[in-house]
Amino acid sequence: MARHHITATINGDETEFSCHTHQTLLDVLRTELNLTGTKNGCDTGDCGACTVIVNGCAVNACLVLGAELEGATVETIEGMSDGKKLHPLQQKFLDHAALQCGVCTPGFLNMAKALLEKNPDPTETEVRYGLAGNLCRCTGYDKIVRAVLDAAKEMRANGS
Amino acid sequence: MNEDSKKRLGTNYQWIGKSTPRYDGMDKVTGRARYGDDMVLPNMLHAKILRSPHAHAKILKIDTSKAMALKGVKAVVTGADIPDHPPAKPPYPPIVVDYHDISRNVLAKEKVLYHGHAVAAVAATSEAIAKEALKLIEVDYDVLKPVLDPIEAAQPDAPLLHDDQFTYIGGEEVSKKPSNLFRSVVKEKGDLEKGFAEADVILEREFSSQPVHQGYIEPQATIVMANEDDGVEMWTTTQGHFVIRNYCAKLLNMDISKIKVTASEIGGGFGGKNNVYGEPVAIRLSQMTGRPVRITLTRKELFLGTGPTVGSRSRVKIGAKKDGTITAAEGEIWYQAGAFKGSPVGRALNTFFSPYNIEHVKTVAHDVCVNRPKVAAYRAPGAPMACFAAEGVINDLAKELGMDPIDLRLKNAAPEGYETVAGPKHGPNGLIEVLEQVKNSDHYKSKLKENQGRGFALGYWLHGGGLSSVAAHLLADGTVSVATGNPDIGGSRSSMRVMAAEELGIDVEQIIPSVGDTATLGYSHLTAGSRTTFATGWAVVNAVREIIEKMRGLAAKIWEIDVDDVTWEAGHAVATKSGKVERLSIKQLAAKAMPMVGPIAGHSEINAGGAGPAFCAELVDVEVDPETGFTSPKRFTVALDAGRAISPDYVEGQMQGGAVQGIGWALNEEYFYDDEAKLQNPSFLDYRMPVASDVPMIDTIIVEVPNPNHPYGVRGVGEPPLVPAPAAVANAVENAIGLSMSDLPLSPPKILKAIEATK
Amino acid sequence: MTNLRYECPESVDAAVSLLSAEGATAKVFAGGTDLLVQMKDDLIEPTLLIDLKKIAETRTVSFESDHVRVGAAVTGAELGENEKLKAMWPGVVEAAQLIGSDQIQGRATMGGNLCNASPAADTVPALIAANAKAVIAGPKGTRDVPVGDIPTAPGQTSLGEGEFVTAIILPNPPARSNDAYLRFIPRTEMDIAVVGAGVALTLNDDGTCADARLALGAVAPTAGLVEAATDILKGKKLEDAVLDALAKAAQDACSPIDDKRGTVEFRIKVAGVLARRAATIAWQRAEKQ
Repeated sequence: MARHHITATINGDETEFSCHTHQTLLDVLRTELNLTGTKNGCDTGDCGACTVIVNGCAVNACLVLGAELEGATVETIEGMSDGKKLHPLQQKFLDHAALQCGVCTPGFLNMAKALLEKNPDPTETEVRYGLAGNLCRCTGYDKIVRAVLDAAKEMRANGS
Repeated sequence: MNEDSKKRLGTNYQWIGKSTPRYDGMDKVTGRARYGDDMVLPNMLHAKILRSPHAHAKILKIDTSKAMALKGVKAVVTGADIPDHPPAKPPYPPIVVDYHDISRNVLAKEKVLYHGHAVAAVAATSEAIAKEALKLIEVDYDVLKPVLDPIEAAQPDAPLLHDDQFTYIGGEEVSKKPSNLFRSVVKEKGDLEKGFAEADVILEREFSSQPVHQGYIEPQATIVMANEDDGVEMWTTTQGHFVIRNYCAKLLNMDISKIKVTASEIGGGFGGKNNVYGEPVAIRLSQMTGRPVRITLTRKELFLGTGPTVGSRSRVKIGAKKDGTITAAEGEIWYQAGAFKGSPVGRALNTFFSPYNIEHVKTVAHDVCVNRPKVAAYRAPGAPMACFAAEGVINDLAKELGMDPIDLRLKNAAPEGYETVAGPKHGPNGLIEVLEQVKNSDHYKSKLKENQGRGFALGYWLHGGGLSSVAAHLLADGTVSVATGNPDIGGSRSSMRVMAAEELGIDVEQIIPSVGDTATLGYSHLTAGSRTTFATGWAVVNAVREIIEKMRGLAAKIWEIDVDDVTWEAGHAVATKSGKVERLSIKQLAAKAMPMVGPIAGHSEINAGGAGPAFCAELVDVEVDPETGFTSPKRFTVALDAGRAISPDYVEGQMQGGAVQGIGWALNEEYFYDDEAKLQNPSFLDYRMPVASDVPMIDTIIVEVPNPNHPYGVRGVGEPPLVPAPAAVANAVENAIGLSMSDLPLSPPKILKAIEATK
Repeated sequence: MTNLRYECPESVDAAVSLLSAEGATAKVFAGGTDLLVQMKDDLIEPTLLIDLKKIAETRTVSFESDHVRVGAAVTGAELGENEKLKAMWPGVVEAAQLIGSDQIQGRATMGGNLCNASPAADTVPALIAANAKAVIAGPKGTRDVPVGDIPTAPGQTSLGEGEFVTAIILPNPPARSNDAYLRFIPRTEMDIAVVGAGVALTLNDDGTCADARLALGAVAPTAGLVEAATDILKGKKLEDAVLDALAKAAQDACSPIDDKRGTVEFRIKVAGVLARRAATIAWQRAEKQ
């Protein structure tokens, strides 16, 4: 029975965990580490609800093996805010009512964060294509796109 | 909220109509909120469900012994472990809840009736072991021929799903043999023949639509913990924990007092989480093992085993005078219920032609069983399909007469008091207003580009009211807690706060909303039917008014005056004593309550009626690539009568969400089956819901014609935005390519085929 | 599943050893975006997963004197950031970047896309049009084959026991050359190609076509070169009649199926449309140089 003992940096903290080969990062986060903010919407990389940032790159946690993560840096929704201070994206999602049921929100926030890090001044079209890997059934995307564009504007103004 | 909403709404209120904080917002943007699958219990087992590989088969034998013997497996259940119930007997209510059917849908008994039908379930110490165990369960099937099309299935020689199901028309059993056609319902008014005789123009068309899944992003997840008396506590993702409790109790022959259900945060429902799937199975497994059991469905299981909405085949015939007056309308629609009866046929009759002032109307709907998952409600169940057909012919009529499509609607708009063919009379409503808003919109006036087409449709939905229970308490610090029994899917806790704060005249942040479990509150019906802001909000207002009454009494006691001399204004008890105006704030009263009179609370249990109708008009521009059939929505406007928009940001959100669901329904969402009725696309890869790059911004226009039956004029808004959406999008495609398109979804191969056929 | 093992070798030789020793139940992977999905659906039951991502030569792009060597495990996102490669082979890079969402792009690789051998793989028509080769490492050493020779049937490759693809070789294009890849999907993103068309061409100084290759995907069990296309375009200018002939050749080269993504007639029709459009884009790109 192959189990792996992994040490990774998760949300800035050195974290040890143990997992079977078949367990994905999503399984590890939710089951081994009780970090349930990352959601399982499909488990096949088609909905983006499990989007996390691994080594600076937005990926679907359901398609990354826990075993691959030795020495990796992982950012999940739990690490997005700075203590009590929300990330501008989180605040803008609230301000723009960009969430209804909220289950897709962590994935969108991570993807938007990665998107803005690569492209701080995206057009509406670039935002829409950048977020195409995140399904939302409640909002119709309108307010999500507005929130991301507004957050981008604020982040550029603050030089973040 | 958009600029238009900001200008027009909430002008007379402190909180209503404004942007107010989302109560659960922080929890949701930080990932703290606990949804169904986020809960863990110590010593928990994981359960997995074995599903039928066949669409239609007799179950000859199930051997679970090898599965039971696998190390780590603690229990295995089959249909034999779920109690049987006698079939429901006529007369059948509009919505049939038959425990004979539910029992068999939860775990099959004699037959499997759709690819994916649950056959057995295993509880094991890990998910991996549970999955392994499923492979060890041996089932012998006698495979039968399946049937998928509802008209085909209604024929006497079709493969028969239930040999104990007969056909009812107007409540009378009419069949000699068992039939897949369970029910035909008819509603008529006037004299159809006469109406058509008066017409200068008669148009008729046939349509079809496919089952579409609600597509909520969070799969169903349940944890059950049984105790030594076989009583259970359940944590589950549901639209109605009281309803789920009742289902489980009745199904499993348990007292409802033995089942306590806590609703988790819920990741979307749209009607798909009104039913039980894994809950009774988890209860059984937990009772058998004495350990908590979790069942979380996979996305694949959602497509295989949870209910989509009905697919349809329909026919609409409309007669009108040259000046556009509609003289007669006839609609007939076949709904496929899936494996067990229960399509929303009544809603079809109620929806077809209800926006229009037509004297002679006949509507017929048929409920037919086919070898597909049992359908579940999906946002205005039964309405979008009927609307698609009716609006299709009405748009044909506008074209035929050379009339502007909105003018045609205005000309025939049903007045207040019009009695619809299904019975309900239109209360005060914003039908004219929504039509005029769209007609006067910039969108309507804008020019189309090459290969673009514009579509319009008008939808009607009659909201639910029903049972809601609310308990409110004045806390010692002057805040007020408000507990309702409605799971919060889209911000209802926040809207309850707004109404309570408005009523009390205090800051919205001083209201603490919560969703109580089934042990702490009286019965509340589902968060569905667009009823929550209306009915539960009404109960919240009642409960808070009771607290106000008691605070007035307390103030009177403090001031030693008559309670009738005390009023409540802007968060204060106010009275004139000895010529001086006295005021006591809610904080001051709260501090004095305990020592003087004890805890102050208010509660309300209502059966809310008078939800009233809602009208929604939608305008869509699409661009179609004539060489490939690729369709791109370019502009979308939704106008909706919300009665009173308590939280306009979220009303806009409902309108936008419904619009985009309609885009998916119209263009690309469908289930693909092979020749053996086996589902080919049980995943988001090939069940194609719109993504962010597929759709434009959705412009919303909120109309407010207050509903006189609600303390704040609320009309439900959840469902109406989906009703006309497929029709509007289809109409836009038709206008872009200049061809009739009657069969949803209008996927590129279909569109290209139609274009090529004209060459 | 609980007996599944994972290894992360640091050299090609080490990977070949592991692969040979385990046999057919071992799977190499990099992004895992196809592999993990298939495992979860019980379509495959491997015993050993060999992660290639620590093998430096599979993770780098190197520009040699007459070719570019693209490591098989370079991700789509990384390819998109390689400005030099994008300038040289924009069609190949745009094909690789069409695979899935940005999240998938953070993991998906050309090696995986090729060796998963889906008839609809996006990179394969573009690579065939570019005349790319796959570098295969195995117990008997290294060999190069044309990329189009790797997939032999849906889900099947010509790789032998112990073999895996380490890199893709793209020849340096001659002057006045360019390429383009187009695919048809019913949405704007997130779909498997219903038809894919890759065109690579070179222009003469007088603006006529010196050489051209058209490859189609998702319209046959494997992606393939439309042989007739080369002669149709060679020596010609970008004119309607030429494009009509190209479209017809594309249609004639199809042998598609009806499935949940498209019908036979749809695929045939759209193959012609995309061939015409991809050729036009490649031509216009080449003219600009």
